[in-house]
Amino acid sequence: MSLIQVKGLTKSYGDVHAVRGIDLNIEQGEIFSILGPNGAGKTTTVEILEGFRTRDSGTVSVLGFDPNSRGHQSREWRNRIGIVLQTSGDAGDLTVFETINHFHGYYSNPRDVDEVIFSVGLKEKEDALIRNLSGGQRRRLDVALGIIGNPELIFLDEPTTGFDPEARRAFWSLIKSLRSDGATILLTTHYLDEAEALADRVAVINKGVIVEISTPGDLGGRATSQATVQWRDGNQVNSEKTDNPTALVASLAATFNGEIPELIVTRPSLEDIYIEMIGGAHE
Amino acid sequence: MNKIPSALQLGIRRGGLEIRQFARQRESVVFTLLFPVILLAIFGSVFKDTIAPGVTFSQYFVAGMIASGLVNTGFQALAITIPMERELGALKRLRGTPMPASSYFIGKAILIFASMIVQILLLLGFGIAFFGLDMPTDSSKWLTFTWLVLLGSACSTALGIAFSIVPKSGRGASAVVSPIVIILQFFSGVFFVFTQLPGWMQQVAAIFPLKWLTQGMRSVFLPDSFATQEVAKSWELQTTFLVLLVWLIIGIYFSVRKFKWDRD
Repeated sequence: MSLIQVKGLTKSYGDVHAVRGIDLNIEQGEIFSILGPNGAGKTTTVEILEGFRTRDSGTVSVLGFDPNSRGHQSREWRNRIGIVLQTSGDAGDLTVFETINHFHGYYSNPRDVDEVIFSVGLKEKEDALIRNLSGGQRRRLDVALGIIGNPELIFLDEPTTGFDPEARRAFWSLIKSLRSDGATILLTTHYLDEAEALADRVAVINKGVIVEISTPGDLGGRATSQATVQWRDGNQVNSEKTDNPTALVASLAATFNGEIPELIVTRPSLEDIYIEMIGGAHE
Repeated sequence: MNKIPSALQLGIRRGGLEIRQFARQRESVVFTLLFPVILLAIFGSVFKDTIAPGVTFSQYFVAGMIASGLVNTGFQALAITIPMERELGALKRLRGTPMPASSYFIGKAILIFASMIVQILLLLGFGIAFFGLDMPTDSSKWLTFTWLVLLGSACSTALGIAFSIVPKSGRGASAVVSPIVIILQFFSGVFFVFTQLPGWMQQVAAIFPLKWLTQGMRSVFLPDSFATQEVAKSWELQTTFLVLLVWLIIGIYFSVRKFKWDRD
C-alpha cells in the first residue's frame, strides 16, 4: 500500500479554486518532488497532507491516517512524521542544543540529539544562540527539528532556498542519507536541478491539477525527445534537431575528416520541459 | 515502541523552556518585573495622604498593583507575544509536532505564574522597605491571597491566550491590547480609589475581572474596617470567586476552540 494516497482532492478559497482534483500515490522509501509555479496549488496540497489545512472534497490517507483527525490519534500520527517548514524566526534566545533537545522530548522514539546535530553539520554551533546563526545554519536547524522524531515520512518545503552551491550539495547528501535510513520524503522545491538531483519521481502541478508524474529523466518525453546537434562550419554555426544524433555526428565526422569544430549535443533540460509544461511562464 | 509523553509532562517541559527564554530577554524581564515597582515608587511618592484611618495610599495602591500585575504579566503579555510567535512561524512549527495544544497552554501558565511570584515578592519587598507597607498577619488573609493569585493567574493566562486571536499581526498586537489594559486599570480602581470614580465607570469595571481582583487584594492588605467603604459595604469575596471562575471558563473555552496556530 502507498504511504500517501490522495484521490479527487479539491480545495477552494472563496472563488479561487486552488486545488481542482488531484490524485497522487507516494510509495514507501521514495523521494517524491512536487514542482509548480507559485499559486499552482502545491503549498495547499502539501499543507492538506501535513494536516494544516482542511480539504473540500476527496480522500487523503497519510501513513494510513486522515490528516484531519484530531485528539490522541493525531498525536500518534504526528509522532511518525517530520515537517520542515519554510524558516521560522522563533526562539532566538535558545541555543541549538537546547532547542533540538527540547523537541526531542516531544516524540516516543526520537533520534539521538548529538547524532542529529552532527548529521546536519551544526556540531560546532550547538551552543550558539539561534539568533546568531546564519541563514544556512538556521535552515539546517529547521531540518534537525524535522528529523529529531525519527520520522517515517518527512515533508521538506523549499529546503535549500538561500543556500550557496556548496551548502546545497552538502544538504542534498544529507537528504539522500535520510532516505537510505528508510524515510520517505516529500519535497517541494523551486529548483529543478534540486528535483533532478534528489527525486525518484516528480509531479508537476499547474492551475490546481497534476500535469504529469514521472521520473525526472522521463518528464515530458524528455528521454525520447529530439536531440540538438550544433557545430561550426567556417564562420557559420549550424544546428540541427534529430532523432538520430549519433548518425549525424558520424556523418559530420566523416565530412570534417576527424574533429568536428565546437561540437555540442544537447537534449531539452528539465527546465525547458518544465517551462513548456506550465505554459511558458516560469514564475 | 515507547509511549508518547503525556500532555502534562510536556506542559511542564514547556514551562521550563518558556521561563528560560523569558529570562534571556533582559529588556522584557526588567520591564515586566520592575514596572509595577516603579509605578509604586511614583504613586507612593506623589500621594502621601491617608485615605482612611490607618490606610495610606501606598497600602491601597499595592493591592491594586498586585491585581493589575496579574493582568499585565498574564493577559497583556500573552495577548501580545502569542501573535508575535504566530507571525514568526513558531506556532505552526509546534503544530506540526506531537506536542498537544494543552501542553503549550500549560507551559504559558507556568511562565505567568513564575513571573507573578517574582513580581509580587519585589513589590512587597519594595513596599515594606520604602513605603511602610503593613503585611497581613491573619492566616485567613494569606489564604485569600493565595487563591486570588492562583485563580487570578489562571484566569489572566486563559484570557490572554484567548485574546491572542484578535490582533491581526504581531507588530500591531501591542497597539490593540495595551489601551484595553490601561483603560481597565483606570476603571477598576488601581490608580484611584474605586468608590470615588463615576458610577458608570464602576459599573463597566464590574463586568471585568480586574475590579474584582483589586477589591480582593484590598481585602488582604487593608484592615477589615475598610470593607464598609467598598461599594457593597463588604469585600464580596464569594462574588469575586464566581466572577473569576466564569472568566476562567470563558478564557479556556475560546483558547481551546479558537486558538490560531497559523497566520491565515
